[in-house]
Amino acid sequence: MTPPSPTADIVPALMARFPGLETSAYRGQTRVVVGEPVSLEVLSFLAAAGFDLLVDVTCVDYLEYRGATRRYGLVYLLASTATADRLIVRVFVDDPHPAVRSVVGVWRSADWLEREVWDMFGIDFVGHPDLRRLMMPEQFTAHPLRKDYPLQGRGERHNFPVLTREDG
Amino acid sequence: MSIAPDHDTRVRPAATREEDYLWTLNFGPQHPATHTTLRLVLKLEGERVVDAMPEMGYLHSGFEKIGEHLTFNQYVTVTDRMNYISPMANNVAWHHAVETLLGIDLTPRCKVIRTIVAELARISDHLLCNGAVGLDTGAFTFFLYGFYQREVIYDIFETLCGARFTNSYTRVGGVSHDFTPLVIEKIRTFLRTFPKTLNDMERLLTRNRIFVDRTKGVGVLTKEEAINGGATGPVARASGVTRDLRKDEPYLAYADYDFQVCCAAAGDCYARYLVRMQEMRESLKILNQAIENIPAGEVNVGVDQRVGRPSKEQVYSTIEGTISHFELSMSNRTFEVPYEESYAAIEAPNGELGFYVVGDGDDTAYRARCRPPSVLHFSLFPQLIRGHTLSDVVAVLGSLNIIAAELDR
Repeated sequence: MTPPSPTADIVPALMARFPGLETSAYRGQTRVVVGEPVSLEVLSFLAAAGFDLLVDVTCVDYLEYRGATRRYGLVYLLASTATADRLIVRVFVDDPHPAVRSVVGVWRSADWLEREVWDMFGIDFVGHPDLRRLMMPEQFTAHPLRKDYPLQGRGERHNFPVLTREDG
Repeated sequence: MSIAPDHDTRVRPAATREEDYLWTLNFGPQHPATHTTLRLVLKLEGERVVDAMPEMGYLHSGFEKIGEHLTFNQYVTVTDRMNYISPMANNVAWHHAVETLLGIDLTPRCKVIRTIVAELARISDHLLCNGAVGLDTGAFTFFLYGFYQREVIYDIFETLCGARFTNSYTRVGGVSHDFTPLVIEKIRTFLRTFPKTLNDMERLLTRNRIFVDRTKGVGVLTKEEAINGGATGPVARASGVTRDLRKDEPYLAYADYDFQVCCAAAGDCYARYLVRMQEMRESLKILNQAIENIPAGEVNVGVDQRVGRPSKEQVYSTIEGTISHFELSMSNRTFEVPYEESYAAIEAPNGELGFYVVGDGDDTAYRARCRPPSVLHFSLFPQLIRGHTLSDVVAVLGSLNIIAAELDR
């Protein structure tokens, strides 16, 4: 196996393969903004190019953010175990049906991370084999890390159905 | 624990399907060997585990939501409660991420002090994790040896910052209390006495026939599975992944110290135990180098940078200190936070502990995502336990070191 190229080489290769991607950097961290239709292709390309570790999948709700035009910004944190390089991939999606293709087929670690994003933000991961809530109970209807969900909830803690021993 | 026969299969004629022999066991959320509130639904064939379905969320407390409402300094108290086995490491990770976002460069003294407390936290975490594996496989003495040494580390932290368990030690641009001669003396005493206990612990368990039989070859994670499944820290290193953020992306003062990354190839529970034992020795090496070479000078970044709170002496005796203290206490006059976002991680005892912090101008994060190592380790559990016996569940669970508070946040 050839050693994977460092980030400096991967970004031009990525731009050549997928024209029109935006890149930016902050504090030495390279970020690539990818359109939702090609997100799976780009992430698969990066996985094949040496980013073998999917560190994290998370999301930011930009509802109240200054100057933001798109609502949900997914964050894929990639790393290479061979070269210790990192790359951040951003995918933006919007209401009313925020959806992105699942990367479980590329990295197994995406399984629970995507479930958590679904649970907390309501982003649909198309192609996920088992997209259930990870932390909140199944009956829960809201997605609590969205910015329009209040900090103290909507009374779920007080109006919770109590299952007695007789009912169970 | 409750035992429930699989009712669905009862209506079929006996022994026509393989599932007729299966039964379901509900393990947790309250069980002595889960150590915390997590739940496993095990599908068993006799004593053999056919499948396991992990469930989590029993301890979910909305830490990330709270992170959007507390200031950078206040939120450190919540990070204490994530992996409460080593709260100091969480404190260091959180403020490392905040300082990366703000672009604050720490003083040399602060870097070394944070390195020391993070390594003490690693030792105390590994002592409990290995101790719990020993306890669950029947080695109670080993656990008590480890727990006694954890008490010594708690005493050091109490002398350092007044809190034994929930330290909340770090601050933006510094720490809450500087090292005193008494703290340094206590750490030196610990460094002198601990290796003997560690040797005793190794003699008790490392070649113990029962322990080796219970852990060797159990819960094997291959290198490919570890990387693909997102494992980090000792779990990944026990499978041959040579990734250690202390070496790969040296943060704090780690670049200055001579230590080795501990790896094993087997990937089983025994390898994870060995990696943790060896990492404690490497931590001791780091601590020995660090404690004798603490740079002099200020521990917090200067008052002129307007990020760290000035000491009380400065507040009461200098005009700069008074102004700085006043400004940092006013909600509209604190640090300048960029409209930017960044990720920063440290090598926590459990694996890569990182925070993705989004800044929006004020001193409260717009989003404070915590990347907990436990979640990914717990998701690996079903593939590790398949084919093993019910008694191996506790060994595998213990060796992954799953802390529900960090899992659910």
